Amino acid sequence: MDILMILAEAARSAVGPVAAIYALAAVGLNLHFGYTGLLNFGQVGFMLVGAYGVGISVAVFDLPVLVGFLVGLGCALVLALLLGIPTLRLRADYLAITTIAAAEVLRLVYRAGFAEPVTNGVYGLQNLSSGFREVNPFDAGGRYGFGAMTFTGNQMWLMTVTWGLVALFAVFTWMLIHSPWGRVIKGVREDEDAVRSLGKNVFAYKMQALVLGGLIGALAGAMLAVHQGAIQPDQFKPQVTFFLWVILLLGGAGRVFGPIIGSMAFWFLMNFTDGFLKGLGREGLLPFLEGPDYGAIQLAFVGLLLVLLIVFRPQGLIGDRKEMLINVK
Amino acid sequence: MSSDEVDTSAAVEVDRMADAVAEPGSPKSDPILVADSVKRSFGGLTAVDVNHLEVQRGTITALIGPNGAGKSTFFNLLTGFDRVDKGRWTFEGRPINGRRGHQVARAGMVRTFQLTKALTRMTVLDNMLLGAQGQLGERMVGAFLRPMWRSQEQANTERAMELLERFKLVDKRQDMAGSLSGGQRKLLEMARALMTDPSMIMLDEPMAGVNPALVQSLLQHITSLRDEGKTVLFVEHDMDVIMGISDWIVVLAQGGVIAEGRPSDIRSDQQVIDAYLGAQEVEGESGESGDE
Repeated sequence: MDILMILAEAARSAVGPVAAIYALAAVGLNLHFGYTGLLNFGQVGFMLVGAYGVGISVAVFDLPVLVGFLVGLGCALVLALLLGIPTLRLRADYLAITTIAAAEVLRLVYRAGFAEPVTNGVYGLQNLSSGFREVNPFDAGGRYGFGAMTFTGNQMWLMTVTWGLVALFAVFTWMLIHSPWGRVIKGVREDEDAVRSLGKNVFAYKMQALVLGGLIGALAGAMLAVHQGAIQPDQFKPQVTFFLWVILLLGGAGRVFGPIIGSMAFWFLMNFTDGFLKGLGREGLLPFLEGPDYGAIQLAFVGLLLVLLIVFRPQGLIGDRKEMLINVK
Repeated sequence: MSSDEVDTSAAVEVDRMADAVAEPGSPKSDPILVADSVKRSFGGLTAVDVNHLEVQRGTITALIGPNGAGKSTFFNLLTGFDRVDKGRWTFEGRPINGRRGHQVARAGMVRTFQLTKALTRMTVLDNMLLGAQGQLGERMVGAFLRPMWRSQEQANTERAMELLERFKLVDKRQDMAGSLSGGQRKLLEMARALMTDPSMIMLDEPMAGVNPALVQSLLQHITSLRDEGKTVLFVEHDMDVIMGISDWIVVLAQGGVIAEGRPSDIRSDQQVIDAYLGAQEVEGESGESGDE
């Protein structure tokens, strides 16, 4: 077993397209939970409408990919309003219940038989990335990087755009949070009645945060569609949302770089444990495991690492422990 | 007990109530808040049923009553934090019933809470700045236009510092509000309410859970608010504390106003004594504590 090779492979995935896409979606979730305190357990729903905005526009209606992005963002806006209007006046837990259910409902609707003419049901949509790759400034067939850290031209292009969006929205978040608007948002997270008593329209602020984070989630979904070139409804299971939460808590909620560090660390761990377990298997050290067991064991292993993190570093990798302790009290 | 000092100073002051009559629903010469037939019930229980109440501008009015009299509920209704069943009330001549909490605050009637609501994971200064009204930077688009709100932010910060100075919190301005003691949080909440530049301040049990030394300082702060021309309405159930500083006392029992008057009127009112002592006996038997 070549441990260096496994490490290099894990490091490659930490900066790869998937890590970038999850980082972007987690930046949106950070606006929801980290700053505003909104319990959104359906971020994958925003990713789904973003991905299908691209998918349906490109594959069914033959529109340019940019139009697909706009359609996806439009759908996310509508979704955020539909979720927010009935629930944001209520206690925080109502939003949590509604979002987790809505995301599942969306997945089931998009895969349902009656939706097949536009969504192609369980088979999903294909050939989504040609428009995006046409404007690729990198050489599509070329190899970039060194050693294990090599990416194809197409991957480079996607990584550039996605990490670019992550950087853009990180700056965006920083500017918002370091403004009076961000002060109100953080106040809402601490105690919305207090903020209301000071003359702020708490509902409007929560709605703005929900829409904004949702739009960022939809962008991540759209990038996922062009990255994979094909999408199916069943890849948008609640599991994706939970990965995003893990990423956010791992990195540190309420920190601009939290979701970015979190996503990189998360995908590093995922790939490292995967490579490590498979390496042990090849050496014949895990005779009791069959092929499909590896996936389950690997997730359990990652889970264990996260439990240890929560015990020893509850504020996440770059969170502020002092802040965390105040909240506990 | 310890309110003697304030008691005497209040006694020499002029009667701010003009010639208001000491009876429930009595008219005032210059009312800032007028409430009519305000009703709120929870299921079969009528928590608040106030026929008519006027609050005189520029005075300290205390709202007292035994536990469960409906003080806090009435307070929540007036400030838009609870929905009323029926009734209407005007503030500075404009009807504000049915308005939501933030709209009431913008109209100039700001409230504090019985359980202090310091925004714990924010600095003391940020807590204060949140109180400032009409901030351009609080709009989402405005947030990106730093030059547009920088001067406003500076002016607000200066005002916040003055208030922090006055409430002796200026050294704590960069500390997290969650690290303050209970008493300091009370002071911060009052200072933050003042940041909104209100014409009327509603204090929900400002003395609850505060040590005697701080009670004195809080009372002085409340008095100085009135001396600046602000109207103060506060809920309290400790009679001793109130008698010293209030210009007018409204007694609530079982949701309705049973008596109104100057401290001297209330002290000798047989109905009040019955309601208070009667209710407190009942309370003692059932071992119940807390308001409502």
